[in-house]
Amino acid sequence: MLESCIRKKRQEKEILLMTHIVIGYPSFEDSFQIVKEMVEAGVDLMELQIPFSEPIADGPVILKANQKSLANGSTVQHCVDFAKQVVRSFDIPFLFMTYYNILFKYGIRSFASMMSDIGLHGVIVPDLPPEEGEEYLQAMGEKNLAPIFIFTPNTSDERMKKIAACGNGFIYCVARKGVTGSETTFTSEFHDYLERCRNATTLPLALGFGVKDKADVDFLTGKVDIAVIGSETIRLVDQKGVEAVGDFVRGLR
Amino acid sequence: MDSRGYYNGFGGAFIPEILVSTFEELSKAFQEVKNDPGFWQEYKEIMSSYSCRPTPLTFAGNLTRHFGGARIYIKREDLNHTGAHKANNVMGQGLLVQRMGKKRVIAETGAGQHGVATATMAARFGFECTIYMGEVDVARQRPNVFWMERLGAKVVAVKDGTRILKDAINEAFRDWVTNMDTTHYVLGTACGPHPFPEMVTYFQSIIGKEARKQILSLEGKLPARVYACVGGGSNAMGIFSGFMDDPVELVGVEAGGKGLDSGRHASRLCSKDASIGVAQGYKTYFLQDSDGQMKETHSIAAGLDYVGVSPILSHLKETGRVRFEAATDKEVVEALSLTIRKEGLIPALESSHAFARAYQEAPCLSQQDIIIINQSGRGDKDIFTIADAFSDPGWKEFIIQKAEEYNA
Repeated sequence: MLESCIRKKRQEKEILLMTHIVIGYPSFEDSFQIVKEMVEAGVDLMELQIPFSEPIADGPVILKANQKSLANGSTVQHCVDFAKQVVRSFDIPFLFMTYYNILFKYGIRSFASMMSDIGLHGVIVPDLPPEEGEEYLQAMGEKNLAPIFIFTPNTSDERMKKIAACGNGFIYCVARKGVTGSETTFTSEFHDYLERCRNATTLPLALGFGVKDKADVDFLTGKVDIAVIGSETIRLVDQKGVEAVGDFVRGLR
Repeated sequence: MDSRGYYNGFGGAFIPEILVSTFEELSKAFQEVKNDPGFWQEYKEIMSSYSCRPTPLTFAGNLTRHFGGARIYIKREDLNHTGAHKANNVMGQGLLVQRMGKKRVIAETGAGQHGVATATMAARFGFECTIYMGEVDVARQRPNVFWMERLGAKVVAVKDGTRILKDAINEAFRDWVTNMDTTHYVLGTACGPHPFPEMVTYFQSIIGKEARKQILSLEGKLPARVYACVGGGSNAMGIFSGFMDDPVELVGVEAGGKGLDSGRHASRLCSKDASIGVAQGYKTYFLQDSDGQMKETHSIAAGLDYVGVSPILSHLKETGRVRFEAATDKEVVEALSLTIRKEGLIPALESSHAFARAYQEAPCLSQQDIIIINQSGRGDKDIFTIADAFSDPGWKEFIIQKAEEYNA
């Protein structure tokens, strides 16, 4: 479902944009306003991160947003209600992004049912390798939801194929080592990596980690299907406020 | 245990994709040393020449008479180089790092003992070293920061989250996902993703192997009970593993803090505040809320206030092989005081949890019974905390004077 949706959009656009927010940061009202700005500026799909106290794969910017949201009293139920409101209000595919413990404590099957009821398309769980995800894969499959898996420059060709066989919707390719939100330099090594990703799967490819401006998006056009902008919009909100987000997104493509 | 490090459903390896190949490499290297009979010999040799192995098993005659029950023996891990059982794990992992050809090590530390031990290992083997330590712990254990820096390590104070051990672990992982090609993460306890729980237990099992041999040679029979404090669980796994197949009761003592009903404790296996979850790369009992967010923990001992616990111990709790108890801050300070006065031994606040529980149970056992308490570390490092706990007037005066000297 998500995959066909992405393919359809790709017929109209050379590259799609996926953005990310941490739900409840800086506040729930602001989160909603940020989503609105982003959708109106033409974002094609979006990750809604449910904050977790131990976001091991995230860098300082998203880490602090997670902590701030939790300190404000965000609960998983608040985030679910928020997602419901967002999906009802805007006509693009939305995904959850969060860590495995949130799904585990909610109940994997209940989480999938909830996502399906709300109308979310899929979920990214960065600390869940496919080997640990048997119940998760089954639950997502039953509800026709897309479990989004990750390729990295350290992933072997053989493993990429194995991961792709479990994934659905698209594959999230991490541009480099490290955590979210630091600088990425796109080198020739990077070309080889993207080629390996492309050869491993027929699923659409999204590229994230360090994508921050038009130059980066231009560079990725023709190479991947989706450019992912994560930490950069949180930085922008911190520095220039919610209103700056729309113009920033419009300037990316 | 299966190939992904599961113990009855606890454990596993919930790691970001970027680290999968690093863990494969580590698992392979560990399997190789485990199957190499020469490796354990090499490990034992370095532990006897660089540290103080085998550590003695001390008969505590005065305490035995004081309680009038079981004969009390104390396994002296405090006599290791750097003053705690942590040396066993870091030297083992150091040898492994040499074999893997990496040049840099990183580690988390709570009380600072594991950080100091890792820094000595790095100095000895010539590795670059960075230690992550929660800002709260930096303030609590400043002398250890001094030593780590003297030993050439870079100490990073972690200012995120609750600013204690778990936050230092997260930060160490963030370093590792960037620098895995050159760097090994020397995890300090029997927690984290597979193969860490198994690997740390393997190196710490030297404690139990020695203790079993020593008690049989001294007394000609096995102890009735063995006591160990439980933070992450490495010293407990170390001594317990020597008696796992024997008719010996194993007792793990967690941090009861201000009391189990106060909410201010770090008891994952004997309080109702913990539940099964997945964080920091593995599945175990965590102190968390119903959403799965980790809670704040409390203990007088910086080395015990961790939100998770070894998946192997969670498994041994479920099977009933190990009994878990909690000791409060107050009971711990009393037990420490008694140990100092009766035997001239100075256990760490962490280790004093095991003593506190053993002292409650020793009088109920017969004089023919033997118990062993694992003194996982020495208390000298806790001088600031212990002096505060005793509210020692002379010490306070000294600190005030010292501060004035620096101000002058």
